[in-house]
Amino acid sequence: MAAKTLYDKLWDAHLVHQNEDGSSLIYIDRQLVHEVTSPQAFEGLRLAGRKPWRATANLAMPDHNVPTTDRAAGVAGITDPVSRLQVETLDKNCVDFAIPEFTMADIRQGIVHVVSPEQGATLPGMTLVCGDSHTSTHGALAALAHGVGTSEVEHVLATQCLIQKKSKNMRIRVEGKIPIGVTAKDIVLAIIGKLGTAGGTGYAIEFSGSAIRELSIEGRMTVCNMTIEAGARAGMIAVDDKTIDYVKGRPFAPKGEDWGKAVAAWADLHSDEDAVFDCEIVLDVTDIEPQVTWGTSPEMVAPISGCVPDPQREPDSVKRSGMQRALEYIGLKANTAITDISIDKVFIGSCTNSRIEDLRAAAAVAKGRKVADSVSLAMVVPGSGLVKKQAEAEGLDKIFAEAGFEWRQPGCSMCLAMNADRLEPGERCASTSNRNFEGRQGQGGRTHLVSPQMAAAAAVAGHFVDVRDFTLESR
Amino acid sequence: MQAFTQHNGLCVPLDRPNVDTDAIIPKQFLKSIKRSGFGANLFDEWRYLDRGEPGQEVSTRKINPDFVLNQPRYAGASILLTRDNFGCGSSREHAPWALEDYGFRTIIAPSFADIFYNNCFKNGILPIVLDSDIVDQLFKQVAANEGYALTIDLVAQTVTDPAGQQFSFTLDAFRKHCLLHGLDDIDLTLQHVDAIKSFEQKHRAASPWLFAD
Repeated sequence: MAAKTLYDKLWDAHLVHQNEDGSSLIYIDRQLVHEVTSPQAFEGLRLAGRKPWRATANLAMPDHNVPTTDRAAGVAGITDPVSRLQVETLDKNCVDFAIPEFTMADIRQGIVHVVSPEQGATLPGMTLVCGDSHTSTHGALAALAHGVGTSEVEHVLATQCLIQKKSKNMRIRVEGKIPIGVTAKDIVLAIIGKLGTAGGTGYAIEFSGSAIRELSIEGRMTVCNMTIEAGARAGMIAVDDKTIDYVKGRPFAPKGEDWGKAVAAWADLHSDEDAVFDCEIVLDVTDIEPQVTWGTSPEMVAPISGCVPDPQREPDSVKRSGMQRALEYIGLKANTAITDISIDKVFIGSCTNSRIEDLRAAAAVAKGRKVADSVSLAMVVPGSGLVKKQAEAEGLDKIFAEAGFEWRQPGCSMCLAMNADRLEPGERCASTSNRNFEGRQGQGGRTHLVSPQMAAAAAVAGHFVDVRDFTLESR
Repeated sequence: MQAFTQHNGLCVPLDRPNVDTDAIIPKQFLKSIKRSGFGANLFDEWRYLDRGEPGQEVSTRKINPDFVLNQPRYAGASILLTRDNFGCGSSREHAPWALEDYGFRTIIAPSFADIFYNNCFKNGILPIVLDSDIVDQLFKQVAANEGYALTIDLVAQTVTDPAGQQFSFTLDAFRKHCLLHGLDDIDLTLQHVDAIKSFEQKHRAASPWLFAD
């Protein structure tokens, strides 16, 4: 039998039907549903008189629009009537179509991509989709997971399948011992910087190598989460002992006799030794420093010791004008040292970096320190109600509060500013989220993507600093 | 879905790479639970000088005269000419909904982001990939010729310029078939209902934990 990549195996195990031109029907094991990209899909089902193929294969929760401040009044407490209607519509649709939902009042509610793995609703070997591009996150558990549009949300609801064309295989190997102060976020930002924001288009990317193995499952989720920022819809990582340990005992995980069977089946979820990739890239992790984006695309990234690049030195005219436009929007001059960039706000959260390890890492930097006076708002938004509960049990909320950070309720929050959390025009933010696009965090807002500890360090210093020096100085 | 066979229309140039779906339709408009009405807010932050909010009266808004879509010579354009990686970022289908609602039927670029490309076909929009050199040439032509229109023929898979020069493009046979006939994907998939059921049965037997309700 021909050697297969992990992606080949996941694909083959879910292939229902293949057309002559290669387009295929792929069976979907799990669909995650949130309030923004689902209302039109449910409406489509209603108009056509269709029912969900398998309602319990779906798991829904509101996350994009939910307020991160007081939740006492529940959905009725959402002040923006348009946001409120969207959350109410999700609740109603889930009742009407018998879709399991964690409502706003449920402690398990949070960002879909944090909650599903936390609940064991994401399992190795699964195909998983969601009307959200950061669905690539779930590939960290050796699942085939990617974002889809609303028409496809409806298609999966109605048929439990998706029409797909198989992607090409890419492997990114990250080798070496991860240096202190360098995180999964820095690794993936460095990868995007190298590959470019479209470098992965048309590929499914498998991340491997000793540095990927060294990462925790939560760190691996951060890496897979941002695969889409390199243009690839799906990122994935082979199963190892960490994967099995992570999944074990979670509410939706297999139990009893099924657990043994599942673990045995999951042992095959890796690329065969002689599998062939269409493209392979190798990175040495010891070359990677803490990263900070300087522009309006995640590929516009520099190491903390670096400077804002000079567009005049870019030979390609389309790229050059893109850089010039980015610098104009972001309000920075070429050759400015990254450490000379001052910030107004700090956001620690999002499906990229709002898990318990992210909060621990940020709290370790914030502990015993104060947010700089020049920083008008520093907020920490846990990824789920259960992450929040765990953080509070560890006293992280108090560490943040004493340092001057606001401690919020779970949701997507200022990653995309659909709720009340947003930047004002011209405000500059150190953010642990995933996109620094124009207007992403609020019209005219300026976003710099960093790791949780780099964000916490920037909050304290009022400008970007190398968290590695920062920690040493205080010891 | 609206079928697509042939189209002749005015071409507007959007000369930037990596146009993301946040730029195509900003997040505040994603709160709508409808599928229509997004065209007024297409490229909102570039098209207008004031801050856009859902439900605003469009006629009172401050237009950005420098933005290409606002230039009188491009009024009524239905073909968008742009650069690499158009539609990157968020998977929001509101992006093609906004483009379609504004009046675009075709987008021409050297490359598209995957999810966006796929979403276009669900909404009667034809995304056409042409070589960078040809796209460059088209950008020059559009700038030099007011009223520059192109003819798209999906059956022949060609783009024809006003001088009669033709450029071929490729796309998957299945996508072409669906777009030509305006077919509903779900209906097509449900023709395979037996195959899905038999797959599901085997899958359940092999991985029962995926079916624990």
